[in-house]
Amino acid sequence: MSILVDKNTRVIFQGITGSAGKFHATHCHKYAGNVVGGVTPGRAGEVDLDGVKMPVFDTCAEAVRQTGANATCIFVPAPFAADAILEAADAGIPLIVCITEGIPVNDMVRVKRVLAGKKSTRLIGPNCPGIITPGQCKIGIMPGYIHKPGSVGVVSRSGTLTYEAVWQLTTRGVGQSTCIGIGGDPVNGTSHLEAVRLFNNDPATDAIVLIGEIGGSAEEEAAAWIGEHCKKPVVAYIAGMTAPPGRRMGHAGAVISGGKGTAAAKIEALRAAGIAVAETPAVIGETLVALLKSRQRARPRKASAPSAKRAKSVKKPAAKKPAKRK
Amino acid sequence: MNIHEYQAKELFKRFGVPVETGGVARTPDEAVARYDEIVAAHGPDTQVVIKAQIHAGGRGKAGGVKFAKSREECAAVTRELIGKTLVTHQTGPQGRVVRSVLVTSVMKVQRELYFAVLLDRTVSRPVVIASTEGGMDIETVAAKTPEKIVREIIDPALGMMPFQARKLCKALGLSGDLATAGTKLMLNIYRIFWECDCSLVEINPLAVAADPAGKVSVFPLDAKFNFDDNALFRHPDIAAMRDPNEEDPRDVEASKHDLNYIGLDGDIGCMVNGAGLAMATMDIIKHYGGSPANFLDVGGGASVEQVTAAFKLLCSDKNVKALLVNIFGGIMKCDVLAAGIIAAAKAVHIPVPLVVRLEGTNVELGKKMLQESGLPIITATGMADAAEKVVRAARGV
Repeated sequence: MSILVDKNTRVIFQGITGSAGKFHATHCHKYAGNVVGGVTPGRAGEVDLDGVKMPVFDTCAEAVRQTGANATCIFVPAPFAADAILEAADAGIPLIVCITEGIPVNDMVRVKRVLAGKKSTRLIGPNCPGIITPGQCKIGIMPGYIHKPGSVGVVSRSGTLTYEAVWQLTTRGVGQSTCIGIGGDPVNGTSHLEAVRLFNNDPATDAIVLIGEIGGSAEEEAAAWIGEHCKKPVVAYIAGMTAPPGRRMGHAGAVISGGKGTAAAKIEALRAAGIAVAETPAVIGETLVALLKSRQRARPRKASAPSAKRAKSVKKPAAKKPAKRK
Repeated sequence: MNIHEYQAKELFKRFGVPVETGGVARTPDEAVARYDEIVAAHGPDTQVVIKAQIHAGGRGKAGGVKFAKSREECAAVTRELIGKTLVTHQTGPQGRVVRSVLVTSVMKVQRELYFAVLLDRTVSRPVVIASTEGGMDIETVAAKTPEKIVREIIDPALGMMPFQARKLCKALGLSGDLATAGTKLMLNIYRIFWECDCSLVEINPLAVAADPAGKVSVFPLDAKFNFDDNALFRHPDIAAMRDPNEEDPRDVEASKHDLNYIGLDGDIGCMVNGAGLAMATMDIIKHYGGSPANFLDVGGGASVEQVTAAFKLLCSDKNVKALLVNIFGGIMKCDVLAAGIIAAAKAVHIPVPLVVRLEGTNVELGKKMLQESGLPIITATGMADAAEKVVRAARGV
């Protein structure tokens, strides 16, 4: 099991005839064979994905009708990306993954306003690496081979930093249920909190890695929710301890403004919620492995204990390891 | 992107927001022409204010704001300001060279208020903020007297509604004609924010003031604008307001090569692919006792040309004592990146130790290429190892 995408996901690529769209559609299809076609206005026909012929449609509505697509991956240039997202939503596609970087903030404000009224549509991104359920479905630009099927859910605002964390897990033999890159923009579709909530409800996810960065308060909101409701162990890492205030650190959303959105404040909020925060990016994998081991030791033998209660009782000491057992 | 005060006032005029009489001058003659316009509008003996135009606050205290009461005085002050280097608390010790001044009529300020429009990230909508505590730093007000800040969330489908502006005027204690003028001003400023794709419009102070004729109204006395760089493509007129003289030359050079660069004051230069990983690399350098000289994201594709430009940029920083390249090769293979690093390192003389950490696709091949290149590259495995090695190299041990 997994969240949002699996082996039954049928993906179209909006912007499939562009160089980036075609390149990544090819890689996604090679990974698990979920690509069913693409959309480029005015270019209906066929596209060759390294020997595999895929239908191309003029509109999303037609693509959905012909292919039964239930997900889309957007590689449309930034000036037209908001329109592409809304076209996908209008066509009834439940999962929209927008990779495009550099979409004007006001365009995303408008998109969010429309999507707020469509509960059956979920947007991931923009400006993100995408989503992958290892071995089952890859929608995005992440290298597939660094992932391994398993039970850790990963959610992150970053691209290569997520690969770094995932690789640390995989090389330690820890697989992932699903990895979601929610993107580095100030206005995005799925938040940290929503992703954590999905992982919390997913029976196949046993633990969660949350990777955040400076800017906004999405990590603090997720932390508050985790402290109250999350039944599963969470490890976090926040990038940007050394970032100067007022400067955008590459991502449009990674900026400390008016003293808000600092890494220190986020780490404090996460720790206050009982979340184990990795000191450096080099020990994200290690921290999770240590946490899982300490929980195994702390777990009571009676397997029949109600799971929610059990998790609650171990969570706090888990952050500080043994302390509780005496 | 930021703009000058005179450009902000031109934007205000275009959107029907009242401003002082006057305009920009780049020479004493132009300043006198502005003076004559002001006198023509308000009569002889009108006092004018001459303000140095730089992208930094604190101009008044640094001697960048002066008054004049005659053509001669106006010319003399302008002559003195233009070409002068102003050092304020926001410019850093090197200061900024004044290239133009804004000459305007003087308002008699009665009350100073605060007004701003920005994005509220928690609700993904614009928010309008107002406060009676004008002239003060809004963060200080928020910390000390949060009850003095009022806010209205704007529905982007509707824009700011008149009733919302009226509510804010009421909270600011504006009534009668002042409330009417305030409402109109707020609605127009919101239109600038939305239609020009601003990320921030901050009016501090928004003043209740008397113009030279004695008419009391509401005026934006100083304004700070930030624009969404991603939306500049649809605002060529605003993009043309960019003043490269006001930007760090290293930032200008970096943006030419599509590199995301931010200069800091440490001594370890770093080059990383991806913004999150670049921040994390800075952090781990600090964790191991070093100090990063910069943030640099070369992007996912990092071509030889980009890596070369990045090396040149890093080596141009005289504080740099060691370099760290940290690449997680995904779709972009490590051997291709190694070839880029080798080509760039051969093209640019790198005068300091270079630590390279590669991970990801074809990493073994990439490492082998670095080792066989004959270049004095220190290879590292993992981010902790890389950070330790580069911190040691920067200390010369």
